[in-house]
Amino acid sequence: MKTLVVYLMAMPDTPALAEAAVEAGADMIELGFPFSDPLADGPLIRRAGERALAAGMRTARCLEVLAETRARVDVPLMPMTYASIFDAYGWAELERDARAAGATSLIVPDLPADVHPELRRVQLVAPTSTEERLRLAADATDGWLYLVTVTGTTGARAELAPTLAPLASRARAVTDLPLYAGFGISRGEHARAAAELTDGVVVGSAAVEAAEQGAAALAALVTELRAGLDDET
Amino acid sequence: MSATRTFGDYGGRYVPETLIPALDELEQAWTSLRDDASFQAELEELRNSYAGRPTPITLAPRFAPGQRVYLKREDLMHTGAHKLNNALGQVLIAQRLGKRRIIAETGAGQHGVATATVCARFGLECIVYMGSEDIRRQAPNVERMGLLGAEVRPVDFGTRTLKEATSEAIRDWIANVETTHYVIGSCVGPAPYPELVRELQRVIGREAREQFLAAEGRLPEAVVACVGGGSNAIGMFYDFIGDDGVRLIGVEAAGAASLGSGRGGVLHGARSSLLADADGQIMDAHSISAGLDYPGVGPEHAWLRDTGRAEYVACTDDEAVAAFHRLCETEGIVPALESSHALARALDCGDELVLVCLSGRGDKDLAEVLRREHE
Ligand SMILES: Cc1ncc(COP(=O)(O)O)c(C=O)c1O
Repeated sequence: MKTLVVYLMAMPDTPALAEAAVEAGADMIELGFPFSDPLADGPLIRRAGERALAAGMRTARCLEVLAETRARVDVPLMPMTYASIFDAYGWAELERDARAAGATSLIVPDLPADVHPELRRVQLVAPTSTEERLRLAADATDGWLYLVTVTGTTGARAELAPTLAPLASRARAVTDLPLYAGFGISRGEHARAAAELTDGVVVGSAAVEAAEQGAAALAALVTELRAGLDDET
Repeated sequence: MSATRTFGDYGGRYVPETLIPALDELEQAWTSLRDDASFQAELEELRNSYAGRPTPITLAPRFAPGQRVYLKREDLMHTGAHKLNNALGQVLIAQRLGKRRIIAETGAGQHGVATATVCARFGLECIVYMGSEDIRRQAPNVERMGLLGAEVRPVDFGTRTLKEATSEAIRDWIANVETTHYVIGSCVGPAPYPELVRELQRVIGREAREQFLAAEGRLPEAVVACVGGGSNAIGMFYDFIGDDGVRLIGVEAAGAASLGSGRGGVLHGARSSLLADADGQIMDAHSISAGLDYPGVGPEHAWLRDTGRAEYVACTDDEAVAAFHRLCETEGIVPALESSHALARALDCGDELVLVCLSGRGDKDLAEVLRREHE
């Protein structure tokens, strides 16, 4: 079985959406805590972040949403946020409070593996990563390794990036941990193709877009992605 | 010798992993080129024969009666601001790295013009990100960039100013890092940029220190520069840091005082002093001057503030506009609105012998100043 990770931006209705996603076949939820200047994100997630901030989703409120989500689903939950949020809250304090609220791990896309190494988190590697950096990230990562499929920011793309295949085999050479591919995966066929190369996929922008239309639209997307993944195995 | 990655608790590299190899490559290139005689000779030749260096210092007796205020005339350099010092150096480095696509962000448009200029000179593709609010208030520079063959990409979300333009430039770099060099316009961003930009702007203070000694037979009591991201200020200050008796005064826009009223935080790849709220969300800056309208500042300035070696003061829009007019009328020099902030505080800093960085000329600001006065 391949793993399906679904990204949702923290909003008041996220716990219900997360539940719908899990019922439709999501294996893990990545929960975005919005930041005003999200460098790794394309327009879709950036705009979702702007809306979340306008709706008052500051760090303390995001932690509440995390706890509410934890009460409804029992899959791994991973807050995804930026260094500035940690710097303001306190690095150790936010890790402690996030884990207390039910986080399984953390994802910080503007924090390379050698910066704040004491923060246990899922590390990201990219097509540009050198062998040395792949090894550094694989050794430091918490549970699985996040393969960024493209040189680029988040956002749906028409095709699965050709850069994933070489990255996946280079990563496989340095670790036995699960490899999940994310950035640009939005459809069942992408999920199927990515799953041939990795142990699972992360779906961000497409999930955020579907979630904005409600639980039914999100469940439909997750069902399609699930079918794409299961088709492969 | 390795490049400086942090200044006390500030600086560092808070960027997606995708960029790390490019930053390593830039750091290595810079570490070897800074001591490379042929590179330095090429840069020096371009500074002299193309950019118009050295720029003079000018005594401003009618502007500042009762003081001896000297202006370091970066406004006289080609393209009309200090920004060309940095763009020239970085494009030379990009060429050595084999990168033929150049991107930049710009606020006032001076850095965009400088980068577009050097790209035209070397036949490189140039794309400049600029907030739509800045495109409105700095229209002449947008037209200049077009003439120089650069593509100006409007950034139409968030603050629509320098902060968002910088974020979009970084996103472009993430997507095109293998072919592209990002010419960041100030001493901000992930390491090695703050140090690299400082070293390229140091020519301002190196020249000015010698010129001041030649003119006055002693060092100034105070050196004053405006601070947006902080590049003209760090370039001006750096060679005076060891001169204990010399006050270093950085002047921020009152509505963009990242050092005066900021807090520690992370923006655009570095930890520094920022306008941010208690949650680490970056706040909007406000300044009449597009080049100072930025909620962050170079990490080395945050460190110079904390160590006490430099002091940072504020200047309001009205005070800057008054100093702008005063320099026009008393000395026949039209300063940039950015530099006008430094001029205002030079007058009331309490010292007699003062050196001010006149970082740029004000042609780009005429429409904005006149519009404001007609309102
Ligand atoms: C003339 C001039 N001075 C100063 C600045 C502020 O930048 P920095 O603080 O990096 O010198 C700008 C920026 O656009 C400028 O155009």
